[in-house]
Amino acid sequence: MAKSKREFWQLKLYVAGQTPKSVAALTNIKKYCEENLDGQYTIEVVDLVKNPQLAAGDQILAIPTLVRKVPEPIRKIIGDLSNEEKVLVGLDIKPLVK
Amino acid sequence: MASKQNKNKSLKDLAIPKSPTGIDGLDEITDGGLPQGRPTLVCGSAGCGKTLLAMQFLIKGITEYNEPGVFLTFEEPTEDLQKNVASLGFDLKKLSASNMLHIDHVEVERQEIEETGEYDLEGLFIRLGYAIDKIKAKRVVLDTIETLFGGLKNEGILRSEIRRLFHWLKEKGVTAVITGERGEASLTRQGLEEYVSDCVILLDFRVTDQISTRRLRIVKYRGSSHGTNEYPFLIDENGVSVLPITSLRLEHKVSAEIVPTGIEGLNHMFEKGGYYKGSSVLISGTAGTAKTTLASYFANETCKNKGRVLYFAFEESPSQLVRNMQSVGIDLESHVKKGLLQIHSSRPSLHGLEMHLLSLHKLVKDFKPDAVVIDPISNLISVGSISEVRAMLVRLIDLLKLNNITALFTSLTQQNISGTNELTEESVSSLVDTWITVRDVEGVGERNRGLYILKSRGMGHSNQVREFIISRNGIELLELEIGPEGMLTGSARKKHRQNVSAQKDKNIKDIQRRDREIARKKKILESNIETMRIQFESAAEELNKLEMEEQELSEKLTPPIKKHIKKLK
Repeated sequence: MAKSKREFWQLKLYVAGQTPKSVAALTNIKKYCEENLDGQYTIEVVDLVKNPQLAAGDQILAIPTLVRKVPEPIRKIIGDLSNEEKVLVGLDIKPLVK
Repeated sequence: MASKQNKNKSLKDLAIPKSPTGIDGLDEITDGGLPQGRPTLVCGSAGCGKTLLAMQFLIKGITEYNEPGVFLTFEEPTEDLQKNVASLGFDLKKLSASNMLHIDHVEVERQEIEETGEYDLEGLFIRLGYAIDKIKAKRVVLDTIETLFGGLKNEGILRSEIRRLFHWLKEKGVTAVITGERGEASLTRQGLEEYVSDCVILLDFRVTDQISTRRLRIVKYRGSSHGTNEYPFLIDENGVSVLPITSLRLEHKVSAEIVPTGIEGLNHMFEKGGYYKGSSVLISGTAGTAKTTLASYFANETCKNKGRVLYFAFEESPSQLVRNMQSVGIDLESHVKKGLLQIHSSRPSLHGLEMHLLSLHKLVKDFKPDAVVIDPISNLISVGSISEVRAMLVRLIDLLKLNNITALFTSLTQQNISGTNELTEESVSSLVDTWITVRDVEGVGERNRGLYILKSRGMGHSNQVREFIISRNGIELLELEIGPEGMLTGSARKKHRQNVSAQKDKNIKDIQRRDREIARKKKILESNIETMRIQFESAAEELNKLEMEEQELSEKLTPPIKKHIKKLK
């Protein structure tokens, strides 16, 4: 697991206001990251209601959308991220063995 | 008509407002444009011009109606779109720079996106809303929103979100055009027509007999009257144009103005010295009877009188026509250079009849001619049946009459045994106002050309069949020559003329001979008179002499006699 320790995860969560789905998504991703990435990550929350011009940059259609900026390639997961397995597979995160 | 409109005006104000599309013809079919502030669905199969129609709606909105627009493309990247429409003369970059146009490419890649749990398309709404607010857009195009179904798996969410999107667009008050791919059983693949209930336009691209025609139909338009037919449309260097052909009625105004035919002799065959302006003229005849020459004469004459002429040649190229007409003394080139004459040549099979009609329509609209020549109409039959050609000609003639444009058609007729001409007689005769027939007059080993007027509405005309000759100086109608066996042409005419002049010579000689005879008789008589006079003179002289002698004798005798008489007393 030496490799994964050096890896850094830069995530962006696009939301539109404080909708239940957005809140749920944020709670979920925070939880997964804490459990599996051992602090090697940042989560940036972009509220498109406040910054609508940012939607085009990452080709955001659906809300909420989680974008993995780093490591490349860019991956997107849409929805409230309620399915942990899918999210981890989607982000290509290998769960830490506890 | 006008008073009706006024009455309906208050009602019309209540009717749904419309956004003019700026697309030739489409506004006429839709009675003013697309429903303002509502979404319109444009659907059709691949390559039928949906994107172009939508783009033109947007660009015309900017350039002609000062309504900014947002183009949300799901299919092509912005650069591709710019290049594609640049060929049609639309400069998207410039419009974007002036903040009148916003193009946003929405990329939907399935393999990039993982779905988990509930979501909505608020991101799309925000992007669109942001773009609309940024440039204060009045018009929006979504091209093609169905691509979303390829990128996102949850159809239930998509459908409800699309429904919400259309409601949202209505609330925003933007006039939206949504394009959709044609489905097999439904108008669009994903049944988008369920959501868009106000106006649905169907585009179609059909190939019949290897000739393609684009057609447009308004499937529905809630709260508005609209043309219900399939209208052919054209995509050319100016974009889309639609021709609402059957909306025309027989209401055109007529003119009493006369336009000369270009041929002196032919003018005289008409009571008023030419065709009526705005009437339709047909010159029919078999091959090689100088139909084109007659048509060119008319074009030439109109140009000489500063009129504008549009010449459609379906058989010859412009340069060939110019050269050929030079040989009969017509200089078409100078008219072309002055911009009075436009010659358009194309093969009839270039595209379908409707397309021909549409391109004619466009050219007439652009060039605003005083006269249009179509040479020949019979050629069009190669791209359609007789009834189709007839239908097209009806619309064409109506169009030209409406604009008070004199139309001259030539038509090739097959001379069959019964002598009837299929196309002309069946299909066109009732449409044209003046019909001139040129035909071969065969006989004594040669072929001559004869011309007569079959009909001329509203004008008296000659009933004669006139022979005409074409020389370097042009067409000349010859005076009628009637021999003992009817009309004479060609060498028979010459022979007849010779006969006539020989007869004349003979007569003159006869008279002269008789004159001389009389003179001679006179001389004889005169000499007779002289002889008699001389005889008379000599007789008189003799008589005189006798008298003299008698006198002398009596004088000699007198005295003795007197003496004798005195003696007797």
